[in-house]
Amino acid sequence: MKELSRKVEAIKPSGIRKFFDLVSEMKDVISLGVGEPDFDTPWHIRDEGIYALERGKTFYTSNLGLKPLRQEISNYIKRTQGIKYCADNEIIVTVGGSEAIDIGIRAIVNEGDEVIIPQPSYVSYEPCTILANANPVIINLKSENEFRLTPQELEAAITNKTKILILPFPNNPTGAIMTRENLEEISKIIKKYDLYVMSDEIYSELTYKGNHVSIASIEGMRERTILINGFSKSYAMTGWRLGYACAPVAIIRQMTKIHQFTIMCAPTTSQYAAVNALKNGDDDVKMMKTSYNQRRRFLLNAFKEMNIECFEPFGAFYVFPSIKQFGLTSEEFATRLLKEERVAAVPGTAFGISGEGHLRISYAYSLENLKTAMERFRNFIEKLRK
Amino acid sequence: MREELLSVIEKNSRIALKDLAVILGEKEIDVANEIAALEKEGIICGYQTLIDWDKTSIEKVTGLIEVRVTPQRGRGFDSIAERIYNYPEVKTVYLISGGFDLLVILEEKSLREIANFVSDKLAPLDDILSTATHFILKKYKDNGTVLTTKKDDEREIITP
Repeated sequence: MKELSRKVEAIKPSGIRKFFDLVSEMKDVISLGVGEPDFDTPWHIRDEGIYALERGKTFYTSNLGLKPLRQEISNYIKRTQGIKYCADNEIIVTVGGSEAIDIGIRAIVNEGDEVIIPQPSYVSYEPCTILANANPVIINLKSENEFRLTPQELEAAITNKTKILILPFPNNPTGAIMTRENLEEISKIIKKYDLYVMSDEIYSELTYKGNHVSIASIEGMRERTILINGFSKSYAMTGWRLGYACAPVAIIRQMTKIHQFTIMCAPTTSQYAAVNALKNGDDDVKMMKTSYNQRRRFLLNAFKEMNIECFEPFGAFYVFPSIKQFGLTSEEFATRLLKEERVAAVPGTAFGISGEGHLRISYAYSLENLKTAMERFRNFIEKLRK
Repeated sequence: MREELLSVIEKNSRIALKDLAVILGEKEIDVANEIAALEKEGIICGYQTLIDWDKTSIEKVTGLIEVRVTPQRGRGFDSIAERIYNYPEVKTVYLISGGFDLLVILEEKSLREIANFVSDKLAPLDDILSTATHFILKKYKDNGTVLTTKKDDEREIITP
């Protein structure tokens, strides 16, 4: 047989995979490893999906997505960020935020362009960049900065080939957020070097210290930003596979071509359900956020009691404690924690080498579940400390 | 703190004070004081256990009785409601808008006992015009808790 794509073969499979194989052989594992909400999609949203099916809404939608959905997205961004995107040509509905990341990068880069990716961060920016024939340039965010991106770090990473900055906040896996001041500082650099920004704001509804600020709301940034968001995290709709991108018409036009030839349109049922989510889902979001915040406090307190260093994350549903004091790598620690105490957590290195010395602990679990997990965690570190 | 505190203990009244303080981000003493105040003000009226009796071998029958009454001058429905709710076997009494006035929920060991209650105690009361008794056949959801099925976590164990 002839060889397969060298470029694809060179891409490393997700670091999570190995762990997954290990876990699947074990029984009675308590997982803290998921990146999705534990809530079911609120019933009124599911009901709307069912209703769409009943009415026979089973055809393709337009490439950009249902007009009423784009209108609701436009209203939502206006209401939360004060930014106006035209529902006719500045919004595209995608198959999850993931698709928007892929087609956004592909629409902007040329061969050899550089894409700046702050890490630790979600696993797909780097492979998507490589698949688009561009070169990833990694910024290793620092725990002493609470994993925020500083203007110094950004400027040091910029070359004359830099095209896009990926801005993944609120951050998976660290839970870090960027405040308006932080964003204003880096915006100066972005404008100075005339970069595009891909702002992945999928966790925008889950912040626990003031509301999320989009970089597109900073002066002079809207014109160079692709704002990515979706329904998975805020409305507990991961399996519906629905996200969107907002950007100036010139960018959306190019993204639409890729979307049209590879995807055609996002799932129709999901789009109808999502209209209802944006119209009537505010209370659900509030309820889930309150619950996440309670668990966040619980975990932070548990780590504090165990004398494990953990900066306070104000976004998403992860804490990112440091396990450096135990002298094990993240992977060793996570593997032993799994084998010896049957608790699954993701090693920080799955999200980039700067995640070394950390674990990603998800709090998308019930309090009882977290409590049991923390008891087991305590047993484990007491063994290590002996 | 009050609203969030109430919504947490409404779902789990057995949560330890320490945990409650941690998840609310408050001091233990403040939470304890707030609970004491809520009890004193009669906002917290009791701490009960939600039991699915159908899963035990103990026989229980729940009757739901619609009652139409003549309200009394000056006292409206209150005094007739009081006469009804004083029976210990009566679990719930609501004043309802619509086709009837009072909704009475009754728990007994058998259908016969519920029938006896209606015919011997409830129907003969002076101000009662009529009653309609329904028996509960199956409880799917009670007080916000689904009783029929327990759902497993169907998520993959590790996802990015």
